[in-house]
Amino acid sequence: MNQNNQSAEIIKKIQSSTRRGNLITYGIVLAAYIVMQSLVSTGHISSLLKGLLVPVCVYVIAAVSLNLVVGISGELSLGHAGFMCVGAYASSFFTNAYGDGLPNWFRLILAIIVGAAAAGLFGILIGVPVLRLKGDYLAIVTLAFGEIIKNLINVLYAGVDSNGIHISTKSAMDLNMGPDGKQIIKGALGISGTPRLSTFTAGVVLIIITLFIVQNLMNSRAGRAIMSTRDNRIAAESIGIPVTKYKLLAFAVSAALAGAAGVLYSHNLASLSTAKFDYNTSILVLVFVVLGGIGNIRGSIIAAVILTVLPEMLRGLSAYRMLIYAVILIAMMLFNWAPAAISWRERMMERLPFGRKKRTGEED
Amino acid sequence: MSFITYLKDGISLGAVYAIIALGYTMVYGIAKMLNFAHGDVIMVGAYVALMMLTKTGAPPIAAVLVSMAACTLLGITIEMVAYRPLRKASSSLAVLITAIGVSYLLQNLALLIFGAGGKTFVNVVSFPSVSLADGQLNISGTTIVTILVSVIIMVSLTLFVNKTKPGHAMLAVSEDRDAAQLMGVNVNATISLTFAIGSGLAAVAGVLLCSAYPIVSPYTGAMPGIKAFTAAVFGGIGSIPGAMLGGILLGVIEVLGKAYISTQVADAIVFGVLIVVLLVKPSGLFGKNIQEKV
Repeated sequence: MNQNNQSAEIIKKIQSSTRRGNLITYGIVLAAYIVMQSLVSTGHISSLLKGLLVPVCVYVIAAVSLNLVVGISGELSLGHAGFMCVGAYASSFFTNAYGDGLPNWFRLILAIIVGAAAAGLFGILIGVPVLRLKGDYLAIVTLAFGEIIKNLINVLYAGVDSNGIHISTKSAMDLNMGPDGKQIIKGALGISGTPRLSTFTAGVVLIIITLFIVQNLMNSRAGRAIMSTRDNRIAAESIGIPVTKYKLLAFAVSAALAGAAGVLYSHNLASLSTAKFDYNTSILVLVFVVLGGIGNIRGSIIAAVILTVLPEMLRGLSAYRMLIYAVILIAMMLFNWAPAAISWRERMMERLPFGRKKRTGEED
Repeated sequence: MSFITYLKDGISLGAVYAIIALGYTMVYGIAKMLNFAHGDVIMVGAYVALMMLTKTGAPPIAAVLVSMAACTLLGITIEMVAYRPLRKASSSLAVLITAIGVSYLLQNLALLIFGAGGKTFVNVVSFPSVSLADGQLNISGTTIVTILVSVIIMVSLTLFVNKTKPGHAMLAVSEDRDAAQLMGVNVNATISLTFAIGSGLAAVAGVLLCSAYPIVSPYTGAMPGIKAFTAAVFGGIGSIPGAMLGGILLGVIEVLGKAYISTQVADAIVFGVLIVVLLVKPSGLFGKNIQEKV
């Protein structure tokens, strides 16, 4: 009896500390939003940085959603950009085809719902076969699916007329549309003329929603089941946790959120093509996740912001900028992850008079 | 162009993929890491060979040897500086991301030195082409050399791994690193040797790739690198004959897909076949299926 009380107390303690951690994360996002927004409204911000506000939100959402798969579910996914691509195209098609005359914020909400639903559907379709594989095999198959999605969308033509939606994979002529038809997806040329509905505020709201979904999922029964399958698949299976079902849940939610990031991205640019969603983008998002700390949501956000802004800040160095970016990336990885660097850091911390004695546990 | 001609082109491209995949598969089998910078070592190899040929006017064979030496050195350096400190890191993803950083670094160095535009590559192969079936089928010297070289490399690698002492050390390290160390195998030296061989092969692949498709740019290695990795997984990662077969099959599927279906979705077909193979045989064609035990 006493033991039960004790463990209940421990659980309560853990819950309250995670709740506090979550609140801090929301607080950081809100504070950053207020600071940036007031800088924008008083004009104390370069147009370069202003142009980065929405892309930063896109990458933050993408990184948090990928962390759900990589950090919480423990599977390496290299095809995240594919889901962003699906979300971007589905929502842009929808916005261009329907919704003229509705208020902008409502159109954006509809677009996000459509994009997230489409990407989530793809997440389930791809997740069912993919999640049977393990480790690096799973990684290469997600990479393959990402490339396949990109390739297929590149040959996709679609338009809409009074009879409904027409789709072809050959050419615009094969759409056979009526005289009132409007061609929207133009193969490799992508989609142009999408209204720019994304705003910084919308991006931040979407980040908060993403955080809400991911953090609540992590602290739910399903989230604990997902983490148990990550830590020991066989043990989890043996106590009756349906591993595939929970992994699929994490994968689909992650895909839907990546799709929402894609919506934000596509509604921020006048023209959209698949070139922006190749494996380099998937890898970039993975870099955010690993650099920020696998499984650490707040870390993902910070890493995504820094690594999106950094190349632009280095623009003054022109030709050397990506070189410096690469060197910084390697140095940060070595500093953060190498066992020798970690023990060196701990020694330094102990020597400092105001330093922490030793890390006792993870904060998040 | 007949089917046989496409098949020949596919085998030729596949042989290049196979050489790259051999490097991938050895590094993966022994160091247990995906070396994403491998594709960019190919690019470096091609540039070094090109510089040797055009700037110093060296004979082709010397250019290839210098390029191999440069890439070997590069591979060993990358492993020592960027990968070795992370070998005991708590997550295997750390070294993967560092490899991506190295890949960016090599690409951007090349961008700074050689510029973004593609440079025309000089064909290093001076082998006569062969005409078969009354001139219906013309096999270029490059194709013959590529296929020959890949077969020679595969055979000598197999012999090296199975018959020599360093080769046995590699097998031991790939099986169980700690146990190998206890048996007196120098793990660091073995992993360095693996990177040296893999990078040397990448140089050969770079020269052959750019002889067949004579443009070299900072991004030349990226896509063949990914394809070769796919080929290595296709054949069962860690397996030498698997990498060879996977590479050739991938090349053939890609060329046939481009010829008969569509150039735009050829990559989708390649990756689609990979997915089907992995779903039927989750550890690749030649992969060992290791049962997990508690």
